[in-house]
Amino acid sequence: METLRPDPDQLLARVAEESAKAARGRLKIFFGSAPGVGKTYAMLQAAQASARKGTEVLVGLVETHKRNETEALLEGLPILPRRQIEHRGVVLREFDLDAALAKHPQLLLVDELAHTNAPGSRHVKRWQDVIELIDAGIDVYTTLNVQHLDSLNDVVAQVTSVVVRETIPDSVLDQADEIELVDLPVDELRRRMEEGKVYFPEQAQRAMGNFFRPGNLIALREMALRRTADRVDAQMRSYRRDHSIQSTWPVTERIIVSIGPSPFSAKLIRATKRIAERLHAEWIVAFVETPLYAQAPPEVRERVLSALRLAEQLGAETVTLNARKIAESLFQYARSRNVSKIVIGKQTLPLWRRLWHGSVLDDLLAMGGDIDIIAISGEPDLAGSPRLISPAASKQDWRDYALAGATVAACTIVSLALRSVLSPVNLLMFYLLGVVTVAMRSSRRAALFSSFLSVAAFDFFCVPPYMNFAVSDTEYLFTFLVMLTVGITISTLTVRIRMQVAHAVESGARTQALYRLTKELTRETRAFEAARKATEITRDVFGAKVILFLPDEPGKISFRRRTTDDLPIPSAEEAIAQWVYDHGQKAGKGMDTLPGATALYLPLKGSASVVGVMAVITSPENPINAPEQQHLLEIFANQTALAIERAETASAARDAQLKIETEQMRSGLLSAVSHDLRTPLASITGAASSLLSQGEHLDKATQRELLESIDQEAERLSRLVNNLLEMTRIESGAVEVKRDWHPLEEIVGAALTRLEKILGQRPIAIDIPQDLPLLSVDDVLIEQLFLNLLENAAKYTPPDSAISIAARPVGQGIQIEIADAGPGFAPGDEKKIWEKFYRGNTEGVRGAGLGLAICHAIVAAHSGSISAENRPQGGALIRIWLPLGGKPPEVSVA
Amino acid sequence: MRNTPEILIVEDDPQIRRFLRATLAAEEYRFHEAITAAEAIAQAAARQPDLIVLDLGLPDQDGREVIRQVRQSSQTPIIVLSARGQEKDKIEALDLGADDFVAKPFAVGELLARIRAALRRAATIADEGAGTVFRAGNIEVDLDKRRVLVGGLEVHLTPIEFHLLRTLIRHAGKVLTQRQLLIEVWGPQHSEQAQYLRVYMAQLRRKLEADAARPRHLLTEPGVGYRLLAE
Repeated sequence: METLRPDPDQLLARVAEESAKAARGRLKIFFGSAPGVGKTYAMLQAAQASARKGTEVLVGLVETHKRNETEALLEGLPILPRRQIEHRGVVLREFDLDAALAKHPQLLLVDELAHTNAPGSRHVKRWQDVIELIDAGIDVYTTLNVQHLDSLNDVVAQVTSVVVRETIPDSVLDQADEIELVDLPVDELRRRMEEGKVYFPEQAQRAMGNFFRPGNLIALREMALRRTADRVDAQMRSYRRDHSIQSTWPVTERIIVSIGPSPFSAKLIRATKRIAERLHAEWIVAFVETPLYAQAPPEVRERVLSALRLAEQLGAETVTLNARKIAESLFQYARSRNVSKIVIGKQTLPLWRRLWHGSVLDDLLAMGGDIDIIAISGEPDLAGSPRLISPAASKQDWRDYALAGATVAACTIVSLALRSVLSPVNLLMFYLLGVVTVAMRSSRRAALFSSFLSVAAFDFFCVPPYMNFAVSDTEYLFTFLVMLTVGITISTLTVRIRMQVAHAVESGARTQALYRLTKELTRETRAFEAARKATEITRDVFGAKVILFLPDEPGKISFRRRTTDDLPIPSAEEAIAQWVYDHGQKAGKGMDTLPGATALYLPLKGSASVVGVMAVITSPENPINAPEQQHLLEIFANQTALAIERAETASAARDAQLKIETEQMRSGLLSAVSHDLRTPLASITGAASSLLSQGEHLDKATQRELLESIDQEAERLSRLVNNLLEMTRIESGAVEVKRDWHPLEEIVGAALTRLEKILGQRPIAIDIPQDLPLLSVDDVLIEQLFLNLLENAAKYTPPDSAISIAARPVGQGIQIEIADAGPGFAPGDEKKIWEKFYRGNTEGVRGAGLGLAICHAIVAAHSGSISAENRPQGGALIRIWLPLGGKPPEVSVA
Repeated sequence: MRNTPEILIVEDDPQIRRFLRATLAAEEYRFHEAITAAEAIAQAAARQPDLIVLDLGLPDQDGREVIRQVRQSSQTPIIVLSARGQEKDKIEALDLGADDFVAKPFAVGELLARIRAALRRAATIADEGAGTVFRAGNIEVDLDKRRVLVGGLEVHLTPIEFHLLRTLIRHAGKVLTQRQLLIEVWGPQHSEQAQYLRVYMAQLRRKLEADAARPRHLLTEPGVGYRLLAE
């Protein structure tokens, strides 16, 4: 089966290519009422006409059914080879979506839009392939018969009594830029069939008796014509709107349809769509989730889920309401949304049930008001009335009945013991107590069973004549009736309360989970951490493996950037995640797109864009397929996406702030530095030009003085430029700290050697213990640190005053003290000196105020600390602490 | 041996060439100039200069290409001119076989000192075997007898320390990269374990230098390597 998976490299390549193309392709559908009307023929004719005009046409897939005229029209058009898919030993030849995307023709022909793809294809349906092609910017011509339209599916089934399995959502037809109706009168079509132009002769005979009966064909033709007319109508409306022609239609109406777990719901939804279309109304499909529904078996829930899915496909808004009374909540919701019409299924219920439960329809009619109620008749329900109590629960049943039996037996024993003391009416109370007990612990049916059993036992054991069902006093018959009624009522109520409690607990848990998610996520300011948190919570709540993938680089999802350590997904599915990310649609396990995948992939849709992909791997014990669970999962994905987006926006804002600060820094730098650069340049230019123009008139001493001035100023300029470059490099993050293990002594020694000239003959006391541990530092940067500090010390102190350097281990690092015997810092300067462009107010010394700022940056880059103070005996003291940076390596000196 | 050494200047900046010309002429060196790498390689082959002063940033090719080409056929000393803070370039140049580097901007005196040292070194290598006794300040090393005297007193060195010292002496004045020293003393498989080198170097300084924290002979070039200074 592995070979059936789409090649991820191909997918990725296509994805990259796809993003380059912005424009959406145009979709043209050749629409007909039945096979054989000539859709493919018309499509090929149109394609040939385009090809003649110079359009680059590619035949993606065309079914000629060996019709000669049609095959002749293929002449001269390049044909895309089909993809071979092996499925259970049979080689299927399918349309090659990836090859088509790769070739990227201007116009592509893909026949039979409603076709279902072979298993293992990327999409379940061909129309999904076509949508992807259009999204990629390819124009597509395709063909479609009216019976394949979702909303007409049941009508077709009614008229022709043939159920068409291959359907496409109406929205696909609506997306078409152009629809060409290919019409052929019914007689003509039948004649063509008889001539064998549609199917092979033997097939034709059979087909003509069934689907192609004249009555059917007429009905189908009418449907096709009407659908096309609707479409023209819609086009006209949009034309009017686009050209600001006053609308002749009133404000849109809103229709709501209430569906239940009945198979009839699909029909109800389609019918409502038709009504909504006629009325140009918005429509809402509502499902009212009652406490009883919470106990429904999975297949019933699946039915609701698929009905809601169908509704979404047909373009409805869907909503799930939580309530006990369907009619009431539906009515309230309808009011809140300004709905003008409520559509409801007219169910054929037995009279007693209608009297007992009342029907939703009756309730709605009673509430009525200004909302119209439309009742649509249902088919006699083949599957029986929707039974919410699960047959799966019957496993539990025998225990419930045993409990009921045992309870009644216990009541009977007590009654027998007290029969001589108490009157039968009082014994009755024991039985009622028993019924309540059973109702509290078991199913409704067991409770009802216990009611009947109690009546029988009471009659048998407690009502004279004993041990006999006969009753001496007819008054007891009345007692039995009341007892039974009370028993049934109590058991029904008790069970209902229990269910409501269970339902409340469950929906409470859902709310709780969501609350936890939002609470945890709002606190998180880092996108990836938010994703990680969301992963944990989602995993806990749904009991499934959850992984979030975030883009590695812009627009590219990668399995590398994920929120969990392990990856229980084949890496080939990275392409699926990418697809989901690009298209913002769900895919994978249980979905229409790539259902063969290991995981279900949900897009994390933020308000502006898709921020990542959530992969959910369900376990067989805990499949997430109940509609409310799926819905909750989507809400989780949405909340997570919003949190990630928020965090990303916040960090973008921080970056922007940083940029502004950097800009400010730069302009500050420029103004501070321009003066410092110009002064030495002025001296150099002055001295040099003086030597050039008046050289021979100047005495030797003056010449020498000018030359020395040039030399010194050049030196100063060089130092300034070096510091500036160094500072810029550190600030821009261009300096990477290349750590390695160094003896401190060596770095200090290198700095002292280099400063020999500046330090001159001044005494320098060095106290670095021989056994000082090695430091993990960048030697070039630390040398720079000492150069700057020692240079400063030399600059601000008298030429013969002492400088001392001492180092000792402190904590997990080394503390270094550099002290001089100069004037020290001006009060308050100890902190300011580390700022850029700050210059201590010492007379006669000039610098850009960068040296110490660089020191500060270097120490910070090593995660150390640096501070300045005045020594009690006078002079400045700089104290540095540098962490060892790990465990120094053992180096045995042998 | 010719009486006045001949130097090839490879530098594309006319101002720097101008003052190099003036300086070298004042010191009575003979010299030639090359502006591009191609020109430099051609001149080096044709003229066989005694020394090459090479700027790494050349208009046509990287200066390192010149080192590679020249080293294929000759051991002419090469002094590289490089900008500060580009330790990587320096290391690469030295590993390729350059003898020394001078960081721009530089004082003329420094460059001349390096040129003299390089020429002297080339001359000693030329009459190999002349000096088995090395002297630097009060340090005296008898390479044959493996004896080290500091201020006349014998100092005991471990075999590795002596090997390291001998390697530095053999290239005295020249900058040796950490890699070169590690490979020479410890072998190619240890070329990445620079902390050994540093610890031994510190040990050697303590034994030979008067003040290990202010060395006069065993000098460190941070980020690059070590140099043994004789004078």
